[in-house]
Amino acid sequence: MPKVIIPTPLRQYAGKQEALDLQAKTVGELLGRLVAEHGDLKRHLYTDDGKLRSFVNVYLNDEDIRYLQKEDTPVKESDVVSIVPSIAGGKDLEPQTCGERSRTMNTDTHR
Amino acid sequence: MSKGSAVKNHQKAEAAQPVLSPQEILRYSRHLIMPEVGMEGQLKLKQAKVLLIGTGGLGAPLGLYLAAAGVGRIGLVDFDVVDFTNLQRQVTFGTKDVGRRKLDAARERLKDLNPEIEITLHETKLESANALDILRPYDIVVDGTDNFPTRYLVNDACVLLGKPNVYGSIFRFEGQATVFALKDGPCYRCLYPEPPPPGLVPSCAEGGVLGVLPGIVGAIQANETVKLILGTGETLKARLLLFDALKMRFRELKLRKNPDCPVCGSRPTITKLIDYYEFCGIRGEEAQPTVAVPEIEPKELKRKLDAGEDIFVLDVREPHEYQICHLNGYLIPLGEIARRAHELDSARTIVAHCRSGKRSAEAVDFLRKAGFRKVWNLKGGILAWSDQVDPSVPKY
Repeated sequence: MPKVIIPTPLRQYAGKQEALDLQAKTVGELLGRLVAEHGDLKRHLYTDDGKLRSFVNVYLNDEDIRYLQKEDTPVKESDVVSIVPSIAGGKDLEPQTCGERSRTMNTDTHR
Repeated sequence: MSKGSAVKNHQKAEAAQPVLSPQEILRYSRHLIMPEVGMEGQLKLKQAKVLLIGTGGLGAPLGLYLAAAGVGRIGLVDFDVVDFTNLQRQVTFGTKDVGRRKLDAARERLKDLNPEIEITLHETKLESANALDILRPYDIVVDGTDNFPTRYLVNDACVLLGKPNVYGSIFRFEGQATVFALKDGPCYRCLYPEPPPPGLVPSCAEGGVLGVLPGIVGAIQANETVKLILGTGETLKARLLLFDALKMRFRELKLRKNPDCPVCGSRPTITKLIDYYEFCGIRGEEAQPTVAVPEIEPKELKRKLDAGEDIFVLDVREPHEYQICHLNGYLIPLGEIARRAHELDSARTIVAHCRSGKRSAEAVDFLRKAGFRKVWNLKGGILAWSDQVDPSVPKY
């Protein structure tokens, strides 16, 4: 079965799993199954109108699906799909430095 | 010819064609005896000018290795002060440096490591107004920052100035590294056209980083920088290196230059630096640290609890934070509040707290909007409780 690798920042929304095996014929179908299983992931991967978010890149093996057939890219049994979000850390990761970033989190939870 | 003029002639020649002093030859001998560097490569390093943005976790190995390698001029951009929580990973600094300006401590350490090089300090926050002027004199820019606005700013400035951007980023135990903005290569915006909206960035609760991780990722950035200077080997251009420190696994993804990239594409729409806080959806930045909710002072809470008032203390931190210290509160992590609000009794007075008061402000805001009337935020969180009520509660 094709495998999808969940990046660290999103694992909390996927039952803390690092990877899942999901049956699917295309990348889009595979991601659809993933968010069907783990509803909390949905708003992190998709916009309200159902488009993949632009700060989340999806790779089929080592190739960006934007340069393949996007979500229609076919997947084979042995393929690995990776979700690669942008991360910004480097200099300081003290809890207080992320305050302003988490500020609007509750407005999202309300949706 | 007199002795004086011989010295003069020698100095003239030195100015035109840099050479290594006997001390430098000894210092760099393990570089000089390998053909990939040699005298020619070492002189390239000596003439190189590299700007390090951020002197924190990534900046530590970067500064140390680039100084040791003999990079002739290293610029450092930072405006922070060393604190105790830095020492777990920012190995440039020692315990004696706590409270000092990072730039002063870093310069002292790097100059001690290699007095032959020049260190230029830029004690400022990198901003649209100063970025081009700060970056311009350097050959290579190394991004060791910790936030999206600065990452996009560094990227755009590098693209506009035509300077390579050696990128590294870390989160908990995962790292990413690549080289952006090389000729014909992709830039950061080709990879991620837009930053995540603030609310979707993992919050404080999910932060933290394995101390060794920036050491590894920063050393990879230093390695890429040295290769760019030497013009040898294969860089990470158009390859995104992913590193998982827990699994000890490296993976590599292909990066492509986006022909429609707004900054490095064929018809760029970004031709000068923009407002990166606005771009990243962070308005007013730190001016507004929390949502405005009703608060209670730590001393007032202590008084009420001592008087035996019925107060339900709600702790919205993560379970692993509860293990560090707690106020005997009922634990529901902020991320689970919406799902677990039914566990709370809206008839009782609730005081929510976290470490600093920011996450609990969000929890209070959420609960108030959900119909809870008697819910308050502990002002300043556990940090303030430790300062004002009970110093035996450790701060972290």
